[in-house]
Amino acid sequence: MTDFDITSREIDGMAPHGTKVGLLRVLGPAHVWALGVGIVLVGEYMGWNFAVGKGGAYAALIACWFAGLLYSCVAMIDSEVTSTVAAAGGQYTQAKHIVGPLMAFNVGLYLVFAYTMLEAANAITVGFLIDTVAVMSGHEGLDQRPFIVLAIMFLAWLNYRGVLATLTFSLVITAIAFSAIIILFLATSPVFGSNVLQHKALMTDLPYGWLGILAAMHFGLWYYLGIEGTTQAAEEVRSPARSLPFGTLAGIMTLLIAATLTWYVCVGLMPWEYLGQSGVPLFDAARMSGSTGLMVLLGIGTLFATLASANGCINDASRAWFAMGRDQYLPSWFGAVHPTYRTPYRSIIFLVPIALIFALGAPLDQVITFSILSGLLEYTFMPINVIMFRKKWPLDAIKRGYEHPFHPIPAIVLLCLCSVAYFAVFLGYGTQLVAMIAFYIIVSLWFHFWRYRFVRRAAQFTMPWPRPNGY
Amino acid sequence: MARYVPPTQSKFGQVIDVIVLLAMTIGALYIPLWFGLAGSAHVANVAENPTWESLGQNEVMVEKWTQLGYADPAAAAELITGRFDYSFSIGSLLVMIVVIVGYYAIMLRFSEKEYRDVIAEKFNGE
Repeated sequence: MTDFDITSREIDGMAPHGTKVGLLRVLGPAHVWALGVGIVLVGEYMGWNFAVGKGGAYAALIACWFAGLLYSCVAMIDSEVTSTVAAAGGQYTQAKHIVGPLMAFNVGLYLVFAYTMLEAANAITVGFLIDTVAVMSGHEGLDQRPFIVLAIMFLAWLNYRGVLATLTFSLVITAIAFSAIIILFLATSPVFGSNVLQHKALMTDLPYGWLGILAAMHFGLWYYLGIEGTTQAAEEVRSPARSLPFGTLAGIMTLLIAATLTWYVCVGLMPWEYLGQSGVPLFDAARMSGSTGLMVLLGIGTLFATLASANGCINDASRAWFAMGRDQYLPSWFGAVHPTYRTPYRSIIFLVPIALIFALGAPLDQVITFSILSGLLEYTFMPINVIMFRKKWPLDAIKRGYEHPFHPIPAIVLLCLCSVAYFAVFLGYGTQLVAMIAFYIIVSLWFHFWRYRFVRRAAQFTMPWPRPNGY
Repeated sequence: MARYVPPTQSKFGQVIDVIVLLAMTIGALYIPLWFGLAGSAHVANVAENPTWESLGQNEVMVEKWTQLGYADPAAAAELITGRFDYSFSIGSLLVMIVVIVGYYAIMLRFSEKEYRDVIAEKFNGE
């Protein structure tokens, strides 16, 4: 049991949950920042550039800013709700308390799939990067699979051994990866005397017209996808009411800077047709700068960014899976906490083979699309969630760690941008979109008509809040 | 309201549930892949004996392609001419809208029903 009630109007603290052995509360705001940015920063190192392929260089920049607006709304909304519903499972736990069990089950799966697929994409990139370096050093035909397996197994082991060590590791390598982007920008920027950037000669008009700008929003999400994962640390931070909003909002600001700098450097160094299909664009940009030092730095940055992201993904997916197991939404076996390391160890181990199946057997853009779609479904839930939250518990009903401004404008903007993103995915990946939603409909029916019978009704409502308005 | 007492699930039942969930998860990605339905509609239009000029590349672009390892325009032609096919029918767009809106409508409706039970049991029991 925890010591304090975050909804108290007198004191800050953490939400209670009746587990005998709980997760360990050891994280600070820097770890929250590292968790959010660590997961996402890999999006600057690979994946965002597919937006260039879908609409051209200018379209990718516009997508970068609109996706930035979308995620700013996500971060604000998340900061308010998470600073109040401070428990493992993040948006899953929010949905359980605010919208209802079936929505919560779906949101839990969105989280697990978004992060597990992202973890798989990271592992694929690790293998691709090592292969690229091997080819550059004259070793053709390297088998990438052992590196993919090793990366996933190592990070799962790190997560198994404890959250403080794993997120401190993330903090260090994320900071190095972020610094590498800044250094690349400074080293190539004309402000500092360099003339390697050739925007004028390389920039072309919109190859797909305005439709391409809409289409680019699909992979534009990749610039920031995963920042909402900070909420998964809610049960393990020392002061969620302060640390979560601070870490999340500082994280989105960091990413807005990193995303714009990344776009600027890359489109000034490569033809858009190549950039749009590159596996490791920032590393390629460093290669094109002509500096061996930059190439090595960005190679290390790419490796660190992918490892930090996969590390955070294992952390977040396992917390969501663990939270669902603890509530019996999934077999309760998953709700166990390791007696020594205080981690959700069974959930961590269980998700390893799933990540491996996708990392070893699916194409990168499909895995990314799977992750993006799960994220997109989650972002569509968020405006519904916050509108219901404010309606059921108005501002004066319970204390929030953070109150986001201009409600409901961020919710409406988020919903509109999600609609644009759905259309963007539909352009080029329509069948994948329909297949994904068909899966969620089938699994929802399975939950409602079968699995929900094992869930204790009142026991899943763990927040000490008053009865919601209208019920 | 009477407190709902859920049945205890056997270990075998838990294993079956996990297998069902896993099968659905893996199927969600691999079924579209197996049937060739997943992925982008991406087509390249490579002409015979392409030149950098015919591919619309200026001097700087050619220099960059060469730096990237594409010294020959034929090697880069597929990348340069590759385009997504964004043509779609209004019918398929409507199907997508109905699927997404319908999905959320189902979610919210069933969730609301379950949520009322949770609140009734939680607050009537206190």
